[in-house]
Amino acid sequence: MLDIQNLTKTYSSAQEHIAVLRGVCMYVSAGESVALTGESGSGKSTLLHLIAGLDEADGGSIRIADTEVTALGDRDRAAIRRDRLGLVFQQFNLIPSLTVADNLAFQSRIAGRHDSRWQNELVERLGLGNLLERYPEQLSGGQQQRVAIGRALAVRPPLLLADEPTGNLDEATADDVTDIALDLVKRTGCAFLMATHSTRLAARLDRKVRLSTGLIS
Amino acid sequence: MKQGCWILAVLLSHWRRHPLQLTTLMAGLISATALWSGVEALNQQARASYDRAAAVFGGSRTAMLVGQRSSTFSQQLFIDLRRAGWQVSPVIEGRVRIQGRPFRLLGIEPVTFPAQAGTVPAIGKSDLKSFIAPPGEALVAPETLAALGGTEGAVFRADDGGALPPFKVQAELAPGVVIVDIGQAQRLLHLPGRISRLLVDNIRNRPPPLEAVTGDMLKYVAADSETDLERLTDSFHLNLSAFGLLSFLVGLFIVYSAVGLAFEQRMPMFRTLRACGVSSRTLNSVVLIELLVLAIAGGLIGLVCGYLIAAALLPNVAASLHGLYGARVSGALVLGPEWWIASLAMSAVGTLAASATSLLKVIRLSVLAAAKPYTWQQSQRRWLGWQGLMAVAMLVAAITVLMVGGSLISGFAVLALLLLGAALALPVLLEAVLRIGERNSRQPLVIWFWADSRQQLPGLSLALMALLLALAVNVGVGTMVESFSKTFAAWLDGRLAADVYVNALSDAQARDIEASLRARPEVTAILPSGRAEIEIGGWPAEVLGLADHATYRDRWPLLESQPNAWDNVKAGEGVLVSEQLARRLKLRPGGRLDVSTPTGIWSLHIAAIYADYGNPKGQIAVDIDAFRGRFPNLPRTRFGLRVSPGKIAPLIDDMRREFRLDESRLSDQSTLKLESTRIFNRTFAVTAALNTFTLGVAGVALLTSLLTLSHSRLPQLAPLWALGVTRRQLAGIELLRTISIAFITAMLALPLGLLVAWCLIAVVNVRAFGWRLPFHVFPLHLAELLGVAMLASLLAVLIPVVRLMRMAPAALIRIFANER
Repeated sequence: MLDIQNLTKTYSSAQEHIAVLRGVCMYVSAGESVALTGESGSGKSTLLHLIAGLDEADGGSIRIADTEVTALGDRDRAAIRRDRLGLVFQQFNLIPSLTVADNLAFQSRIAGRHDSRWQNELVERLGLGNLLERYPEQLSGGQQQRVAIGRALAVRPPLLLADEPTGNLDEATADDVTDIALDLVKRTGCAFLMATHSTRLAARLDRKVRLSTGLIS
Repeated sequence: MKQGCWILAVLLSHWRRHPLQLTTLMAGLISATALWSGVEALNQQARASYDRAAAVFGGSRTAMLVGQRSSTFSQQLFIDLRRAGWQVSPVIEGRVRIQGRPFRLLGIEPVTFPAQAGTVPAIGKSDLKSFIAPPGEALVAPETLAALGGTEGAVFRADDGGALPPFKVQAELAPGVVIVDIGQAQRLLHLPGRISRLLVDNIRNRPPPLEAVTGDMLKYVAADSETDLERLTDSFHLNLSAFGLLSFLVGLFIVYSAVGLAFEQRMPMFRTLRACGVSSRTLNSVVLIELLVLAIAGGLIGLVCGYLIAAALLPNVAASLHGLYGARVSGALVLGPEWWIASLAMSAVGTLAASATSLLKVIRLSVLAAAKPYTWQQSQRRWLGWQGLMAVAMLVAAITVLMVGGSLISGFAVLALLLLGAALALPVLLEAVLRIGERNSRQPLVIWFWADSRQQLPGLSLALMALLLALAVNVGVGTMVESFSKTFAAWLDGRLAADVYVNALSDAQARDIEASLRARPEVTAILPSGRAEIEIGGWPAEVLGLADHATYRDRWPLLESQPNAWDNVKAGEGVLVSEQLARRLKLRPGGRLDVSTPTGIWSLHIAAIYADYGNPKGQIAVDIDAFRGRFPNLPRTRFGLRVSPGKIAPLIDDMRREFRLDESRLSDQSTLKLESTRIFNRTFAVTAALNTFTLGVAGVALLTSLLTLSHSRLPQLAPLWALGVTRRQLAGIELLRTISIAFITAMLALPLGLLVAWCLIAVVNVRAFGWRLPFHVFPLHLAELLGVAMLASLLAVLIPVVRLMRMAPAALIRIFANER
């Protein structure tokens, strides 16, 4: 599902050039869950951003299914995110002016693939049934992250990317959110790549890759 | 398409969750559009009225032949000219009274009426037969028929018994005008075989010279593309437009402020949208559509408000234009589609201009940049240095234009540059004042107060600029009006020196009246006067003949004079010149002025310059005996009377009874003064209303800025609350801060306003009207405005402060809970 070869990325400023990724190679198969670990500044977020087409790589290749992401322009990269990716962020990034129900449906609606039955299933599995009319500011951190996961999976993406999704949550809530994510990933059969600091959570995924000094170790 | 709709719905959901912000934005849009479109509606209505007037004037837009020696001439000249190949059409003009009301009666000859003379040909061509054949038709505007309380086809009689043809409505005609066939008009005006002027059609063949056909009986007056009315009223409309634009600008300050904050708050949302797969192009397009939707919604409401404002101000504007220039503006507001379209376009363009910075940020949005709340305010701070430089540049430009420019437009440019420069300089000056305060403080809370005020400055500066502009314009216009009012009263006393003014029907009647008055002991002086219309230096002017009497010597409002000016005038050698004519022709006391009279060129010594406020024409005053010598054929029907106090009313009553003189021929000084003051007050009532609106909009700008800022204030206030400062204390500090900043702004606005007043009096007025008022400062008026500004600021800050005082502790705790 995801195939990365010799991916490089350098951030430059007037004073210095920092090579964040120096030839990363990795893959994630359909239905597989992979934990991406590494210290702060190791390039985990950069790698996820490049995969999602939020940023542009300096070199190498990223293939999602049969599409070479690095060859695409802004418009096509946006289309990949909309149609084939689910993204979950540490800061939840919900739309504050939309209710939980509207947040959940947002991506699937703009992708033109809204499925009410699937959304109801997600609502039930995520335990959001009595929160649908609330706004993000009225939710706890764990509840917000469950909405973010729901929004990402509502479009039934072949690949789910999560960047420290439990970073803002306490241990019990983090476990709960991870359980739900893994369950839904299994149910949808999508590939799942999660960046995390937590070795405990990483151990619960199928496979673990460690990013260190810009390379997969 | 569906995707775009969803994104639009998401963007609009922000406004649903932030109704206050939406209200702010709409308030800005509505007030900007309403004031601009209201003023434009007034201008459009007035221009339409001038066009209607021009249509019946057959006047300055059509070349014509007029009598050299008298106001009417023989119809035979028309026949002679037609035979000689001149394409001319006769017109007779006079006044008739119907039901006691005066109307302007125009008699035309529809067969020969030239096509370019206006809408009248349409009348002739379509209904020629019914117009000419008995009983004929009297064409009138709908307003005229309504004023007489009749319906179409009604037959009216003139007060002297003459029967008018049946009335027919012609929408294009000006109110107060009745058009009939020339034969009918000659009968009604008791002027058989006479005509007032000949309209000249485009000359195709070369006819023989005019003098060869008519001798020196007629003179040719060339067509003018702009009517006299348009030229005279241009300044008035320019003033109105300037006010409309200022209000529009103040309204856009609110839009800029509201859009800036709303976009800043939505930056994380925009990033999320991009992360969820919305392309940059789609997002930009939908944001643009959202702005246009809001602009059109606000614009439509603004249009309705603008219509109401225009309808409310129209009677005053119409009265002003009639009083000042004799222009008749229809009292019913009729607006064309171009007004609606132009106003909506202004709303859309204004919104986009005010949102340009925010839009640019969305276009350049980096999807990965961390959301930084309030960067908008921080970036404003970076602009402070640039703003200071721009302010200096604007002020330098204002001085340059003042020195170099000489037109009315350049006068307004000076004002605009001065106001913009001052507005740009305001945040820089406030920052300097607050920094000085911070440096000189010792107490921690006081230091925080100054530092926090500085931090709030970028978010408030636009509203404060709006307050500064509105207040300065209020001070400026108020000072000008007060100066005018003070000068006007004294000037009226000088100009209307006689107690009673008489204009007899004929020379014979004038002699009878004079003889009768000499027998009345209460009449202490009879002051014969004369008036003639001439041209001086290509400018319409009038010559006044004045009697040599203490009434004039003591009171005439001289501005500059030579020694023995009045003796010089009495000798028939000297002339008094009105200020506007002196400015236009660059005349000074001691110089000479050549005046063309029926008896030849009259070379006069300029003895003095006098004030003649409100007169669009030039004017000169000479001795009455010399005047009569130079204008021998003019009727000697005018004179003023000095009457013992308390005897004026019975004298007028007796004269009315004895000589059958109406108000237009016999009036007393107090009535004239009252009428002049009424015209003056109505003229400035419009200005005062626009002034109040502008100040109101500035107050709303301040309120909305404070309300939007109050949300972002919590993270700054919550730590202080946590450290032990009570909510009441915090609210007090907020109140003090806003009031202090508003006070400093108001104190800066006062000298700026006086500078604006000076600009209006010494630059704009002089260039627009040709006269300069004495500059007076009215401390009480300034104190009053300062009070109003402080009250507006207090009202604006009250809602956020009360809200803060009543804020539940949970809301403050949430600030810490949300910290990451």
